[in-house]
Amino acid sequence: MPVITYSEALRQALREAMTNDPRVFIIGEDVVHYDSAYGVTKGFLKEFGPERIKDMPIAEAGYAGLGIGAAMNGLRPVVEMMTTNFAILALDMIINHAAKLHYMFGGQFTCPIVFRMPNGYGQLSATHSQAFDNYYAYMPGLKVVVPGTPYDAKGLMKAAIEDPDPVIFIEHTGIYNIKGEVPEESYTVPIGKSNLLRDGKDVTIVGYGRMIPYCQQAVETLASEGIDAALVDLRTIRPLDMEPVLESFRKTNRAVIATEEWTSVGVGSEIAARLYTEGFDHLDAPIWRVGFDEVPMPYAKNLEAHVVPNADSVIQAVKNVLAGKTQKIRQQ
Amino acid sequence: MEKQDLLADYRTMVLIRSFEEHCQQQYTRARIGGFLHLYVGQEAVAVGAIGALKAQDHLVTHYRDHGHALARGLEPKPLMAELFGRSTGTGKGKGGSMHFADKNKNFWGGYAIVGAHLLLAMGIAYSIKYKREVLGEADQDGVVMCFFGDGATNGGEFYEAVSMAALYKLPIVFLCENNEFAMGTPLSVHTSVTEIHKKASPFMPGERVNGNDVEEMRARALHAVNHARTEGPYFLEAMTYRLRGHSAADPQMYRTRDDINARRSGDPIALLKQKLIDQNLLTEKQAKQIDKEVEKEMDAVVQFAEESPAPDLSEAWTEIYSKPL
Ligand SMILES: Cc1ncc(C[n+]2csc(CCOP(=O)(O)OP(=O)(O)O)c2C)c(N)n1
Ligand SMILES: [Mg+2]
Repeated sequence: MPVITYSEALRQALREAMTNDPRVFIIGEDVVHYDSAYGVTKGFLKEFGPERIKDMPIAEAGYAGLGIGAAMNGLRPVVEMMTTNFAILALDMIINHAAKLHYMFGGQFTCPIVFRMPNGYGQLSATHSQAFDNYYAYMPGLKVVVPGTPYDAKGLMKAAIEDPDPVIFIEHTGIYNIKGEVPEESYTVPIGKSNLLRDGKDVTIVGYGRMIPYCQQAVETLASEGIDAALVDLRTIRPLDMEPVLESFRKTNRAVIATEEWTSVGVGSEIAARLYTEGFDHLDAPIWRVGFDEVPMPYAKNLEAHVVPNADSVIQAVKNVLAGKTQKIRQQ
Repeated sequence: MEKQDLLADYRTMVLIRSFEEHCQQQYTRARIGGFLHLYVGQEAVAVGAIGALKAQDHLVTHYRDHGHALARGLEPKPLMAELFGRSTGTGKGKGGSMHFADKNKNFWGGYAIVGAHLLLAMGIAYSIKYKREVLGEADQDGVVMCFFGDGATNGGEFYEAVSMAALYKLPIVFLCENNEFAMGTPLSVHTSVTEIHKKASPFMPGERVNGNDVEEMRARALHAVNHARTEGPYFLEAMTYRLRGHSAADPQMYRTRDDINARRSGDPIALLKQKLIDQNLLTEKQAKQIDKEVEKEMDAVVQFAEESPAPDLSEAWTEIYSKPL
C-alpha cells in the first residue's frame, strides 16, 4: 500500500470528490492564487478551473454564509477556513445557521457542507494557536471529525463530503506531513465511529487528531517499559462513539485522555464525565487529562514548548494514573 | 408583464392585517408564545415586492416574516398552526413565528439573527449562478429577494453580503424595510447614514421607494428584479412604518400614542382603499364584504390551529440530522 502524507491523503479525497461530483466546489481564503495556505489543494485550479475552486475575500462569515446558502440549494461546498482561529468569525453562520436549519424548519432544508479548518501552533502566539473543537462538538446538528492518521484523513474527508449534514473537519498543521499507508482506491471511514488502534490491559489512552501520533509514540515507549496501554482514536467528537472506549476501559479500569485543547470544559472533560457515568463500576483510579496548560499561547520557543502536550505528557499521565495519583487542573 | 391587480393586492393586504390582529389576540390568550413580531403597517412592502417575483424566484427573510409568507402564497392555516406550536405547522411546531418556511414555494425561511440571513440569501444566489454556469442548467434564471430591517444594516454581515453579491454579480435584490426603528432605537440613533440605500451604493444600484404605496412598490420591485436577473444585485430601501410594537410584548416606551396616530395617515391599506374607491374599483360596501370574507377565513384558520394536535414528544428528537445517526 502506498505511504503518503496526511496532506496528500486529504488532497486525494478532495480530488476524487471534485472529479466525481460537479456540485462539489472549494472556496476559501488563498486557496487559488496562493495555492492554499497549507498546500492541501495545490494545483486544483489547473485541474478543475476557476469556477470549482475560488479565492474568497477575508470575510469568514461572508463565505461561510455563501457556502451554507449554496448547500441549502443543492450544491456540495467545501469551505476552507484557513485556520480555526479565523473560523470563529463565522461561528454565527455555523452555529446559528448550518447547525439549526434542518431542525428549526421542520426538516425542509438540508445543509450538506464541509468546513475544513486546521488547529496548530509554532511560535504564532496567542491569537494564532488555539483549539475550538469543543465549540463545535457542543452543538447538536453539527458533526465534527478530527482525523489523526492519513488513512482516516482520506476516508473521513470522503465521508464528510458525501454526508447530508454540516461537517466540521478539524485538521492540524503539525501533522500535515506525517506519513501513513493509504489505499489508492476510493473508500470512506464512517463518521461517528471511534477506533481501537492498540489493545492493552493496563490503561486506556483516549485521544484524537494531533494527539494520535504523540499517543502512538507514548504507547511504544510505555511498552518498552513493560506498560501495556490501549489506544482509542475517537476520530469523531460529535456524534461521540464511546463504546470502543468503554470496552477497553472495562478491561483496563484506568484512563488517560489526551486532547490538544485547554483542559477545562474541553472535549476531554466530556470523555471523563462519560467514563464516570457510564463506566463507574469499572473505575479503579483517578482519570487524568492531558492538554494545553491553561494560558494564552506564549511566543517564546521555550515557553510554548512548556505549555503544549506531547508524547512525554501522555507517558507522565499514564504513570500518574498507574500510581493512583489525583490530578489537579491548574487555571492560574 | 401582467397589469397589477390592485384589488387582489388589497385583499392580500387585508388578509395579512387580519392575520396579524388574530395573532395578537391569540398571543394575549397565551395560545401563541415566545417572540411575536407583527407586520401591521408594512403590508404594502411585502405585497408590492413579492408580487414582482416569479415562481422560480426565491425569498429569504427575517423574523418579521408573516406578511412575506402570506404574500408569497403560503397557506394561513399551517402558519397559524406553527404559531400555536402544533404538528401541522410549516415547521411542525419546531420553529414558531420567526421561522416560517416553505421549500416548495422557494420561501427559504425567516431567520432571527439580525443581518445573518443576508449571507445565506447571497449563497443561494451564488448557487443559482453556479448551477447555470457550471452545471449547465439553462433554466436556472431565478432571482433571490432578501428582506431585512434598517437595524440590520449596521453589522458586518450586511457589508459582507452586499460586497460579495457585487463581486460575483449575483441575481439578488436586497430589500430593506426602513420602518425607522430597530426595536426601540430610532434610525438616527442607530446609524450615521439614515438613507439606508446609500450604504450599498458603492456596490450596486439602488433607490429609496415609498413602501406604503403598493403600486410604486411593485413598479420599483419589478425594475429591481429585472436588473438582478439580467445584470446583478440591486438595492431597494422601502420607507414604511410599523404601527404596532416591535413584538407583541413591547410597551413602546420609545414613542407616544400620538406619534403613532400621526403616522396612521400613511397606513398602506387605508391609502390603497381610498385609491381604489377614487378609481371606482371598489365601493365601501365591497370593502366591508372583503373584510367579512377575510374575517371568516381567519376564524377557520384559528380553528384549524386550535384543533391541530401538539407535536408528539418524540418529535423533539427528529430532524436534528437529515438521517438518524
Ligand atoms: C444579532 C442580533 N442582535 C440582536 C437581536 C435582537 N433583535 C431582534 S430584532 C432587533 C431589531 C431589528 O431591527 P430592524 O432590523 O430594523 O428590523 P425590524 O424589527 O424593525 O423589522 C433586535 C435588536 C437579534 N435578534 N440578533
Ligand atoms: Mg426597523
